[in-house]
Amino acid sequence: MHRTVSTRTMKIACEDDVVLVRRAARELAHARGFDPFATAAVTTAASELARNAWTHAGGGQAVIEEIRDGERVGLRMRFEDQGPGIKDLDRALAGGNSTVRSLGLGLAGSRRLVDDFDIQTAVGSGTKVTVVKWARF
Amino acid sequence: MRGSIPILKVANTLLVTLQTDLHDAVAEAFQEDLLAAIEREPVTGLLIDISALYMVDSYVARILTDTGKMAHLMGAETVIVGMRPEVAATLVRMGYSFGAVRTALNVDEGLILLGVRVSVG
Repeated sequence: MHRTVSTRTMKIACEDDVVLVRRAARELAHARGFDPFATAAVTTAASELARNAWTHAGGGQAVIEEIRDGERVGLRMRFEDQGPGIKDLDRALAGGNSTVRSLGLGLAGSRRLVDDFDIQTAVGSGTKVTVVKWARF
Repeated sequence: MRGSIPILKVANTLLVTLQTDLHDAVAEAFQEDLLAAIEREPVTGLLIDISALYMVDSYVARILTDTGKMAHLMGAETVIVGMRPEVAATLVRMGYSFGAVRTALNVDEGLILLGVRVSVG
């Protein structure tokens, strides 16, 4: 079981917030000794998921946590929105959704970049994505 | 946001360097500016330096590849140069392909790929 060391909640209410969220993820990963590959992976996943909340749901929030599991250091990021939800989750996770501005790679791609990926969504009740990335690529 | 990224002309090539943290709106404007510049200048090559980008997500990647495809339709070939190792690794892991848009290690190699001869002195 991991221990939560710090928690930072950020709103996603405009496009600039997407930049702020991925910057926060990057700075924390860098400060905690993530290697460059793991840092790029967690930053990219943060960017994809924050953008999804902004473009598909008109905003939401990101919660970025530093977690520890013994000697292991990681980042857990949760992205929540109250948007329309994802109708065909299997298709979205396969990277087949090319709606709005994303290539559909956003969800599928970020899933491949992290160590743990959990998504809860239902039509009309928003989407919640939680990912964990440990300090090694 | 338009005009926020400087576009240089070297011989018959346009050279653009993208800055560290690329906002979506800037990326979109960059694409428009670049296509407008190709129309304005009689260039045959386009060099996009992304060595400052610490992250290329699917959105930025799509802007880059789309710009390359559009430039190709207009008659200019694009080379993306300076991709960092961690960015390359991330794109591969995400399953993103740059398709027909070529890449090179750095600006020098990119210019060679485009057949540009820059003589000094």
